[in-house]
Amino acid sequence: MSLVQDIRSKNAGPFWITIDVFCADAAAFARLNSALTTAMVAQALNADLARVQRFDIAALNVIKFSAPREVVQGSRADRDMHGASYAVLIKELVDAL
Amino acid sequence: MVKVLIPSGALGISVDPDALERGLQMQPDIIAIDGGSTDSGPHYLGTGTCKYSRASVKREWRLLMLARARLGVPLLIGTAGTCGTDSMVDWLLDITREIAAEEGQSLRVAALYCSQDTGAVAQSFAGGAVSALPGAPEISAKTITDCSNIVALAGAEQIRAALATGAEIVIAGRSTDTAVIAALPLARGCHPGGAWHGAKIGECGALATNNPASGSILIEFDDEGFTVQPTGEGVLATPTTVFAHMLYENTDPFILYEPGGHLDVTEATYQPVNGNSVRVQGSVWNPDARYTVKLEGAQMAGYQTASLVLVRDRRYVGAITQWIQQLQATFEQREGDNISGDYTLEFRLIGANATLGGLETQVEGAHEIGVLSIITAPTQQSANDIAKLLNPYLLHYALTPNEPMPTFAFPFSPPEMDRGALHEFVLNHVLELADPMDAFRLEVKEIGA
Repeated sequence: MSLVQDIRSKNAGPFWITIDVFCADAAAFARLNSALTTAMVAQALNADLARVQRFDIAALNVIKFSAPREVVQGSRADRDMHGASYAVLIKELVDAL
Repeated sequence: MVKVLIPSGALGISVDPDALERGLQMQPDIIAIDGGSTDSGPHYLGTGTCKYSRASVKREWRLLMLARARLGVPLLIGTAGTCGTDSMVDWLLDITREIAAEEGQSLRVAALYCSQDTGAVAQSFAGGAVSALPGAPEISAKTITDCSNIVALAGAEQIRAALATGAEIVIAGRSTDTAVIAALPLARGCHPGGAWHGAKIGECGALATNNPASGSILIEFDDEGFTVQPTGEGVLATPTTVFAHMLYENTDPFILYEPGGHLDVTEATYQPVNGNSVRVQGSVWNPDARYTVKLEGAQMAGYQTASLVLVRDRRYVGAITQWIQQLQATFEQREGDNISGDYTLEFRLIGANATLGGLETQVEGAHEIGVLSIITAPTQQSANDIAKLLNPYLLHYALTPNEPMPTFAFPFSPPEMDRGALHEFVLNHVLELADPMDAFRLEVKEIGA
């Protein structure tokens, strides 16, 4: 069984990306709380670790990460207008645990 | 107590007439809807245009105007026409006039204009009244004056001023998603933390329920908090769906910055009530000593021409990165003299790394690759000319010198697709105001029969 029910990523304004990891249950939340490190997420997003915000929300079994976008939404080098595909990278990190 | 009906997440996506009808039967005090966002990219603000078709906006706006007339309550829209520039306020005003004429309505309409004079913003910047938010790019006065459009996001104060004109319809330019919902509850003395928190929960309509596609939601505000009531048949709001909406498009799920202060929901409690609704209390509004409004600005960053060629030959697919690097080097070496002016050429390999670029981790081979070439140059003509120079290379470039000339697949004739102007967001800043109305204009118009 997957540790996550769903992972979504989305712009939080044009300059930030936010990723919500909906864990399958409390046990999965407890596991990912330690196993899915902020450093792993920062590396996957090529983001400065010091600027990645993390929220572990036990009441929702959710772990949320927010980071400055590597490229500003819709700028010349942007590939994903809504930033939704970053979630795939985090899903692959979780699946590899 | 104030009941706000939010008929859908944004005007132009769709309004479910049945859910709307059930919402109307709950006797709301106001119908409030959002008309836009930055989420579809900088083009709309850059050009002052709407993402949605005029026909769908008009169809949904007519439903809401008829609902308003039936109930005799105000109808309010924020961020008219996706980007909320003055041009889009006037665009929706035109649509409103047409519908009023067709339906025989006479109306008082308040238009709240949020576009900023770039010179005035540059002066405020020079005077220290513009400050950067986290993650903002470095800017200069020129960054500001080069913007084709700058808007300031109206908060509850400006929306409240528009409602205070006694208008039956308020068409607001760029506004925070929450301000259009929070303004009336705040004006009537509801709990400020509850007003802002309930507004955040309601901003995307039924997204805070177990059936996001059901559209409408009703938020009931009072002096202690708020209650979330779905209007779709069989739709449930639960403590989880409501709390989880604080995650949505928000960097911090507990804090929300708004003009004049910030909302803190760390201590909020969520209780199921009446089978399908959720009661929320304990949210806190922290007013700020400074009154600031957020600025959004977009500027033109050149013109683009794209072309797409498809590679199906296994040997080329297997060596696609090498092929494209060689192709680009040969192109730049042979054609450099034929190109004047700055340009960029970027290849995105669909089937390899087009979505994630350098972040891609998968190396499994695809059986075909789409090569999307994107040229950005100072004019559309020069971008198109460069794409035409590139065309023979995309069609016939061989991996090695001594092999029969290959030919790759173009799906279109001509292969060059002129994309028009590229716009980029360049501001993530706030503007400090002595009076909330200083950066906004309010006009009242009598329209209709």
